[in-house]
Amino acid sequence: MSKNGIYTPLDFKNVDFNVSIDEVGVGDRLARIKSRSIKKASKVEATLMAINMIDLTTLEGMDSPAKVRQLCSKAMRPHEEYENIPSTAAVCVYPNYVALAKKELKGSGVNVAAVSTAFPSGNAPMSIKIEDTKFAVDAGADEIDMVISRGKFLCGEYNFVFDEIAKIKEVCGKAHLKVILETGELETLDKVRLASDIAMEAGADFIKTSTGKIQPAATMPVTLVMLEAIREFYYRTGKMIGMKPAGGIKQHKDALKYLVMVKETLGEAWLNNKYFRFGASSLANELLMQLVKEYTGNYQAPEYFSID
Amino acid sequence: MSDRLNINKTYKLYIGGKFPRTESGRAYTIEDSKGNTLCHMSRASRKDFREAIVACQSAIKGWANRTAFNRSQILYRIAEMLEGRKAQFVDELISTGATKGSATKEVELSIDRLVYFAGWADKYTQVFGSVNPVATSHFNFSTPESMGLIAIMAPDEHPLLGLVSNLAPCIVGGNTCVILASEVNPFIAISFAEVLNSSDVPGGVVNILTGFKSELYKHFGTHMNVNAIICCADNKDQIINMQENAALNVKRFILRNKVNWMSDAGQDPYFIMDTQEIKTAWHPIGI
Repeated sequence: MSKNGIYTPLDFKNVDFNVSIDEVGVGDRLARIKSRSIKKASKVEATLMAINMIDLTTLEGMDSPAKVRQLCSKAMRPHEEYENIPSTAAVCVYPNYVALAKKELKGSGVNVAAVSTAFPSGNAPMSIKIEDTKFAVDAGADEIDMVISRGKFLCGEYNFVFDEIAKIKEVCGKAHLKVILETGELETLDKVRLASDIAMEAGADFIKTSTGKIQPAATMPVTLVMLEAIREFYYRTGKMIGMKPAGGIKQHKDALKYLVMVKETLGEAWLNNKYFRFGASSLANELLMQLVKEYTGNYQAPEYFSID
Repeated sequence: MSDRLNINKTYKLYIGGKFPRTESGRAYTIEDSKGNTLCHMSRASRKDFREAIVACQSAIKGWANRTAFNRSQILYRIAEMLEGRKAQFVDELISTGATKGSATKEVELSIDRLVYFAGWADKYTQVFGSVNPVATSHFNFSTPESMGLIAIMAPDEHPLLGLVSNLAPCIVGGNTCVILASEVNPFIAISFAEVLNSSDVPGGVVNILTGFKSELYKHFGTHMNVNAIICCADNKDQIINMQENAALNVKRFILRNKVNWMSDAGQDPYFIMDTQEIKTAWHPIGI
């Protein structure tokens, strides 16, 4: 909040540096969230919802046009055998492949997200980060996943990080901006909270845990802290910010626990792919296998699902 | 009489190289011939079976890619470990009602059978593979390759020998397996898991469950990850059900409920071939 108590958006002064996180409390809260039991019909519904929230991702040096095409076709029709299975929310690729993905996904309603700002390290001059983002936006990206400069952040140059995000947001134009905090490098939950607050104040539409290139990637404690930051930001400003845990969510059960966490922290308004995403690749097949298991009663094997 | 309390072993399951309890928290009691309680066993559930399959699946690639020579060494290593613990297994078999003579014979046969199959590791592909005459300018080979994931329902009688005789030909051929141990005397299978665990057998290659056939047979048939079923059980309805469900993903179904494990009929290179698939390659000549 600024000094006179009136909230002005996009102001570094709004960032509260004095929030500290109770790690034991986070653990206790999660223990309760993990104990929720989701079975049968609710399991099917939650699984369908989770599929619809996936940002199907390929971010490898060896990505090729064929791989991106394959990914797009999987995003639109995750599993041919059942017509009720929704498409994923988006595909997430390097800027080079945005134009191709955009063409492949035309008319399907699946968004194209591009990682940007010298992903995954973010160690490049600002001019290059802007160029990187512009390129992706011009190629038609609906969403930009930027990384913050963790080195600067850990040195305490918070205003640098704030300005960087604000600048990229400006370049994004209509494209949605997801800000990757790379929580695996932020060391403490306090810093995760601070980075979340900085990103939201600087204009992020989404905050995202990780690049997927660093271990640990998305974890439940980090996600809970970020969800709570979103909740408090909403109470303060009335603006709904999205959340995207990315990397490391591989099990069907874990995905459902994340949904419970969103529901119990932010409420049902956030339970759709406008405000919640999973950054994942292998999770999609895991969800599909569980879904088909519920439909047929038989445990499934990976060889009957498309390779990704 | 010492006033020391006995430290009795807790028999758990063997999944992915670890000894977890059943997720269901259930147990059942094993009695000796006089009706005294011998021990309590974990009663594996559908979910334990699924966990075992997951562990088994993740071990397939690494195990199949081992050299035949290395698999042979590991099987021989199991035999060495079992030899070192002979006395324990003889005692355990006696506690189930076997005579000392037959118990000793069963343990010794088990060790010898492991060595027998260890010897086959680098030979069966030569014996059962072939170079085929074809009309074009190609070398044409047919060789046996592992099927993948095998579910084994071990025989109730001869809890050690029956287990070993089914497990050894399965893993020597590069398969991984989930085994439902003898329902009558399951604890010997779990003691044998300790032998496996100290024999360089990678975790997940052999997974052993204890529990009721009547509870688990359906999942043997329906699980899409299982590539073949080896059944040493007698119940007709269960067999028919497994055979029918095997059609879901064209599992191979191998019935071994009439084999006399104590005789020479219990060791046969065709047991290896039961869980192998013949793959043929055409290789052009002169290019």
